[in-house]
Amino acid sequence: MSTIVQALGDGAVVAKRNLIKIKRVPDLLVFSTLSPIMFVLLFAYVFGGSIQIPGMDYREFLMAGIFAQTVVFGATITGSGLAEDIQKGVIDRFRSLPMARSAVLVGRTTSDLLNNVIVIIVMSLTGLLVGWRIHSSFFEALAGFALLLLFAYALSWGMAIVGLMVRSPEVFNNASFIAIFPLTFIANTFVQESNLPGPLKVFAEWNPVSAVTAAARELFGNTNPEFPKADVWSLQHPVLTTLIWVVVFLVVFVPLAIRQYRKAVSR
Amino acid sequence: MADAIVAEGLVKRYGSVVALNGLDLVVPEGTIMGLLGPNGAGKTTTVRVLTTLLEHDEGKATVAGLDVVADAKELRRQIGLSGQYAAVDENLTGFENLDMVGRLYHLGKKRSRERARELLERFDLVEAADRPVKGYSGGMRRRLDLAGALVATPRVLFLDEPTTGLDPRSRLGMWDVIEELVAGGTTLLLTTQYLEEADRLADKIAVIDHGHVIALGTADELKAQVGGERLELSVGTEGDVARAREVLGGLAIGEIVVDERGHRLTVPVSGGSEVLVDGIRRLDAEAIKVLDVGLRRPTLDDVFLTLTGHAAEEKQEEQGE
Repeated sequence: MSTIVQALGDGAVVAKRNLIKIKRVPDLLVFSTLSPIMFVLLFAYVFGGSIQIPGMDYREFLMAGIFAQTVVFGATITGSGLAEDIQKGVIDRFRSLPMARSAVLVGRTTSDLLNNVIVIIVMSLTGLLVGWRIHSSFFEALAGFALLLLFAYALSWGMAIVGLMVRSPEVFNNASFIAIFPLTFIANTFVQESNLPGPLKVFAEWNPVSAVTAAARELFGNTNPEFPKADVWSLQHPVLTTLIWVVVFLVVFVPLAIRQYRKAVSR
Repeated sequence: MADAIVAEGLVKRYGSVVALNGLDLVVPEGTIMGLLGPNGAGKTTTVRVLTTLLEHDEGKATVAGLDVVADAKELRRQIGLSGQYAAVDENLTGFENLDMVGRLYHLGKKRSRERARELLERFDLVEAADRPVKGYSGGMRRRLDLAGALVATPRVLFLDEPTTGLDPRSRLGMWDVIEELVAGGTTLLLTTQYLEEADRLADKIAVIDHGHVIALGTADELKAQVGGERLELSVGTEGDVARAREVLGGLAIGEIVVDERGHRLTVPVSGGSEVLVDGIRRLDAEAIKVLDVGLRRPTLDDVFLTLTGHAAEEKQEEQGE
């Protein structure tokens, strides 16, 4: 038991260190919040006029998708942060200390989660300004936000593995862009998946990002009876599907990330 | 006296690259061992194996009596490591860096803070203590990194190229700090590419090349191993270099080293000042104009050249992953 307490304590020390960075280099937070704001405005005003969603304003539909995309991008910070730590040799120092093997990863994913919380708050305010509204109860809305954050948290463990493998923040950023863009666009985030052509539709239906988007849409009450009903089980039960993805991510990624950390050394 | 570090037949491979090839090393408690070798010789790999960052493929190693693999966690409590790149967090202040390290050694909140203050004082960083490390000079970063290695008062200290990349003044400052440090009785394993550094700091030097130790001894012993003295001279023209080489060939007890561009020759000789006089006479007889001439004891540079056939500073292929 005391090992777990100590591991959590070590994780907290590392998380605090990462949060100090946000404080000292505020540009990071500014730009990680500005880009989703830009996405909200671009999609709302550029595509908003062209994309028709039956029975509702596009902006209402859009927000859950933007939230999902943003927290997924937020999760990538975990990978680039770790890659940077390796590059700078900080991981060598950590690994020579008698601290818990999980601490650097727990600390990193936790501070990135907090970063995502701030980003989500700013985005919600932007959304409200462009006309998005929550139509569900307070607790449902809260559950919606919690689910988005939980999803991002689980995903950030996967990003950790990649970050520890590539060991350079630049390489990581390029690599993650290639993976994240299709993942967040071939989904129900910005368009209805039912309008996508064959193979893309199948991908979108089983894409975890679609599940979390549909779940958030449902929990925020941004749905509509005129929506065509989803064809697949995953999108008919999006909240449950998202939770299953979260568990799968954690079960697979956490041990792999810790294993990769134990091997990670800088050049 | 017990041995603080014992390594027997360490082998570490990266794919087909053999970084350590049966390395043996013994460092008695309270002494300073200098690990000397060019880039890619296996110095950093040795330090990483001994500090549990890397698992070796063959052989056995203990530090402070603890096995580097089986007792890795307990071992980490006993050691301090300061790496080749100052592993300090740029966004934290000097104080925050040391405080964090203290917390991760589980010294507790209060003790971590006290210790951070003590070390900042000792390493002359008090004024910069509350500024982010980003604004520190290279020398200050290294001092802070070294302070980080000392937070838990380790029994065995590892310094991997502590002065690489520092300007000469900061290097001298770093040497003072390290000397003061080991006066307290800490065991130290120091890696360096600088022969001068090993000569000044280490009790014993292990010369390492291609992943194993090729010579071991005190600086004096190593120099004696090479034998004799070195007659060093500069001449005016390229033509004179060739002629001087011929003329002095009879005096040399080993291979004459020629620096073509600098018009310099280094001739291994034995016999002291008589050889010097003899050499000058011979050059004079051939009317070779000598700009500069002197006799000196062999340096570790000469030792290296003799032992490995290549100079220490020579850049080899970068160390494998």
